[in-house]
Amino acid sequence: MMHAPVRAALAASTAVLVLSGCSLAGGGEPSEPATSAGEGEGEGGGTVVLATHESFHLPKKLVRAFEEDSGYTLEVRAAGDAGTLATKLSLTADNPIADAAFGIDNTFASRPLGEGVFAPFAPTTAPPEEYALADGGDRLVPVDTASVCVNVDTAWFEQEGLEPPRTLDDLTDPAYADLLVVPGASTSSPGMAFFLATVAEHGDDWPDYWTDLLANGAKVVDGWEDAYYGDFTAASDNGTRPVVVSYDSSPAFTVSGDRSTTAALLDTCFRQVEYVGVLEGADNPAGAEALVDWLLSEEVQSALPESMYVYPVMPGATVPTDWADFAPQPTDPYEVAPEEIAANREQWLTEWTDVVSR
Amino acid sequence: MRRVAGLLALAAGPVLVLGVLFVLPVTGMVAQGFVVDGRFAPGAVLDVLARPRVHRVAWFTVWTSATATLLALGLGLPAAYALHRLALPGRAAVRAALLVPFVLPTVVVGVAFRQLLGEGGPLGFLGLDQTPAAIVCGLVFFNVAVVVRTVGVAWEALDPRPGQAAAALGASPWQVLRTVTLPSLRPAIVGAASVVFLFCATAFGIVHTLGGVRHATVETEIYLLTTTVFDLQAAAALSVLQIVVVVVLLALAARLRATPDPTAQRAVTPARAPRRADVPVVVATALVLAAMALPILTLVLGSLSVGEGWGLDNYRALGTAGDDRALLVPVTTALVTSLRTAVDATWMALLVGVLVSVVVTRRSHSVGERRVRSALDGFFMLPLGVSAVTLGFGFLITLDQPPLDLRDSPLLVPMAQALVALPLVVRTLTPVLGGIDDRQRQAAASLGASAWRTLLTVDLPVVWKPMLAAGGFAFAASLGEFGATSFLARDESPTLPVVIFRLIGHPGEMNYGMALAASVVLASATAVVMLAVERLRVPGVGAF
Amino acid sequence: MLGLRDVTVRYGDTPAVDQVSLDLAPGHVLAVLGPSGCGKSTLLRAVAGLEPLSGGSISWAGADLAGVPTHKRGFALMFQDGQLFAHLTVARNVAYALRLRRTPSARVAARVRELLALVGLSGYGDRLPGTLSGGERQRVALARALAVEPRLILLDEPLSALDATLRERLAGDLREILQKAGTTALLVTHDHEEAFALADRLAVMRSGRLVQDGAIDEVWRRPVDEETALFLGYARVLREDAARRVLAAAGLPGAPAVALRRSALVVDASGTLRAAVESARVTPEQVRLLVRADGIGVLDAVAPLGTRVSPGDEVTVRTDATRLSVLPVAAHP
Repeated sequence: MMHAPVRAALAASTAVLVLSGCSLAGGGEPSEPATSAGEGEGEGGGTVVLATHESFHLPKKLVRAFEEDSGYTLEVRAAGDAGTLATKLSLTADNPIADAAFGIDNTFASRPLGEGVFAPFAPTTAPPEEYALADGGDRLVPVDTASVCVNVDTAWFEQEGLEPPRTLDDLTDPAYADLLVVPGASTSSPGMAFFLATVAEHGDDWPDYWTDLLANGAKVVDGWEDAYYGDFTAASDNGTRPVVVSYDSSPAFTVSGDRSTTAALLDTCFRQVEYVGVLEGADNPAGAEALVDWLLSEEVQSALPESMYVYPVMPGATVPTDWADFAPQPTDPYEVAPEEIAANREQWLTEWTDVVSR
Repeated sequence: MRRVAGLLALAAGPVLVLGVLFVLPVTGMVAQGFVVDGRFAPGAVLDVLARPRVHRVAWFTVWTSATATLLALGLGLPAAYALHRLALPGRAAVRAALLVPFVLPTVVVGVAFRQLLGEGGPLGFLGLDQTPAAIVCGLVFFNVAVVVRTVGVAWEALDPRPGQAAAALGASPWQVLRTVTLPSLRPAIVGAASVVFLFCATAFGIVHTLGGVRHATVETEIYLLTTTVFDLQAAAALSVLQIVVVVVLLALAARLRATPDPTAQRAVTPARAPRRADVPVVVATALVLAAMALPILTLVLGSLSVGEGWGLDNYRALGTAGDDRALLVPVTTALVTSLRTAVDATWMALLVGVLVSVVVTRRSHSVGERRVRSALDGFFMLPLGVSAVTLGFGFLITLDQPPLDLRDSPLLVPMAQALVALPLVVRTLTPVLGGIDDRQRQAAASLGASAWRTLLTVDLPVVWKPMLAAGGFAFAASLGEFGATSFLARDESPTLPVVIFRLIGHPGEMNYGMALAASVVLASATAVVMLAVERLRVPGVGAF
Repeated sequence: MLGLRDVTVRYGDTPAVDQVSLDLAPGHVLAVLGPSGCGKSTLLRAVAGLEPLSGGSISWAGADLAGVPTHKRGFALMFQDGQLFAHLTVARNVAYALRLRRTPSARVAARVRELLALVGLSGYGDRLPGTLSGGERQRVALARALAVEPRLILLDEPLSALDATLRERLAGDLREILQKAGTTALLVTHDHEEAFALADRLAVMRSGRLVQDGAIDEVWRRPVDEETALFLGYARVLREDAARRVLAAAGLPGAPAVALRRSALVVDASGTLRAAVESARVTPEQVRLLVRADGIGVLDAVAPLGTRVSPGDEVTVRTDATRLSVLPVAAHP
């Protein structure tokens, strides 16, 4: 009685394995980069593994060039958002999941730094000082920046004959009642950034500001895509709200003819900077360092806007004309220190949730 | 003694698999909360359970899930009757279509719902956007299919004669339903309700998208605590709470769901032509279908809308990487990856699922043996009820050493999906295997058949079609799986739901349209698979 | 009183019941007899209101029942295998219809006791159907059907699931119970013994059509054709010359066809037919023989117990006129 089902299972598994010529196991390794020409060439060798979030993306051509020049094979493990990445790295500090990690931003930097995830490292060409972290600047290297700003549907305001708002405080003005939609601070990275802007502006009085904001009809939704595609008049057929929390680069995507129908309010921005770092205990630290240098190279930096909708940090990089024309960067964004964020995040989010659920 | 040893040997494989792929990671992650600075400190975890916010979150989870379960039952039961007992035209297609919501990525459904219910949407006047009511609607949308299938299949197999005897004794149709039909359907109804409740209580994306930030459930709270706040103690506390509730629920359900009578005849009643008395049920079913179709219709319309007009541009774009190259691979490639992953997940789920089903359904010769079997039955349902976040992070921190260094294995994604599909497979196969009269096996043995031959000649002929059906469910569930996959999938080889999520998250008019088109493709692929399953399904058996 | 006029039930294109007309007076028990698949169960279900009619009408006391749903017809239906509600106790099963009518519980209890006593199952009230034997289940089903004194009780092969001894005993009980309760009953069966044991009127169905009906002894004595005769338990049908010879031996005028029961020929010295014994078999009641008569062929015959005959013996047989039936010529198939 007892061996028969085992044999059945074996038979079944054999049959299934035969069938699974089309499976991942049977079909070879489709995810391996096509090139193996670089192997053995250049100064390095082997595989370098990059852990990152799901928004990471670079043109294949550039990746191939990196592999050919350096001799490394690049393997990207991208999954989850920045918070997930930070948690993953912190939990696996003893046995890292990769050689380098890209995508930790200034709102999440202090947790992995505190867990000792990153090894000290200085790139060949240093990025501008203004993006460096005060604490951990020797481990995390800035790669790109994007500011979260309030965006307005200028076409809508023109049509209504209404002057668009300019500042955070304008948003509580009854003239703009029921016009704003924001992604949640607890559920979305730009939502958190916008929340931090309000904290930077109002300090400990931020709950009062948020109470006013909500009293003025602000709508809080789950994620950026809900806000932008679900409610924003300029991006959704059913949208009813002409003011949305989005990015400084967003107006470059609503260009119609020779002008953009939306604009970012540059006095409402919180700047997010994304960093790359070499992981402590990496299998291939040399490869990881080469990778960081490559991410700061002119080609990669210039590819960032079109690939990841962010601005490069290196001064020599070029940005697309639509960006230059319609999506200027804020000059004096709000800032909150990563340590302060780390220390207060839980309490802030709890209080914030209480305020918005009221 | 030998029997128990045999049982344990047979169960060892699946138990080991579930132990490694489920118990170990979940325990590892929960332990992160209990162990502080190398010392076991459960106090902090228990303190978390006293927080008012935790109470609020737990209560919200319970009442929304319970309401959604009751509604899904209320809407699903008439549809189950109409689609499985009445000879309505095209009912096979409708039954297959009903399963589409079950596998749609929650992100997409969320967007579709919000387009409907949002302030500017056609149903915006209801004011449901971001209310608990919207969450409940979404949960019901996803789970009505589970009720229709589980209960419908049982209804199909229900002998109509006791009901007729009752009618002849003067019972009105309503009284027949209450006193004869529903008591006979109780196992199926309880089974469906418990699965739906588990699905609802662990729903993640739909709660986020439809509830906005105001409403948190245990599942979303675990995510928030783990990834954003990094409060692992609180996350562990909630995970433990979740597991305890799930175990209690499964035990209750097992008690209410009487084991099928092994000698019960499967009397499949041929569907009959609808009569005038069936009109209310048919109308109710049509309304349910219309309500289910509405969000899907929104999707289809959205995918066909191009600028000011209509066209197939979004579908043509599926061969590209999207506006501004939002994707590393074209959607078509992702579809191929999805299909290949689903093949792997399917054979894994079937392999383990068949073993589990055989173990669980063999006749017990002692009370102890029966207890072991029913405990195993519940054990394999657990993956349905435990947070994907906890499991996902648990994978990373526990399966990181040889020989179990699975973190980089391309098979990790199908393994995780197989884990999700496993309960569906087991729930499909156990009623069939349990329905085989053990005397048939004894008869075969007395005629000189070996145990292996008995399995081949008695069990296999009955079970092969449900096995294919179970494979179909697993395949479809794998196609639509997003939670675990998005966490584990590798960037160069994303599955279709991951790609859809990515497209939706990137600005660009075309990307949004493509996401909708890709969702329609995913839904169609699912419907085709389910339609094939419909054709293979043995009427009257097999349900999850 | 029950009246069926040209009742037709179709499944797709094939009629399962084809223009059947019948009447059943109060207090009578009518058995519809026919081979399996002849449409008798469909007819019963149509009377119960479980099958929609494709044509014709069913009436009770002159009132058409079309549009009256099953539960409002006041007929009780008893299935072949009882169809007790497995989740209810015996007492609850019997009380089912009473509870539907919100009968006060004291009266329900009394009535259940009375009914269980009637079917000989006193003290079985708390048992579950699963613990009962087949015969006990049928008795419970009968008690349940009788509980609310139905205007008509419909019995679908009530005894055929039981073994022979039990069937005989329960048949007697059932008849007595039905008579005592004065219930009008419509019974369908494929077993003429069951029909004779329970009914006082008989209708024979074949291929969906009613071929004969009347008082039970009437039908039994005068089957309309060969098939009916054989179905009613006649052993053999003789034609032409053979028929005439047997009839002549019985002292009856000649006819083209005659049906013989097994006991129509008796070994008796006073007989007029000579025959050679082919085989002999002793049963508890008589000796059964196969004999070959000149110009007739092989026939069944009986002899009193104790008669010593063996194959090859020459015997004289007497023809019992009450045990044969002249068939109408027109009924030749």
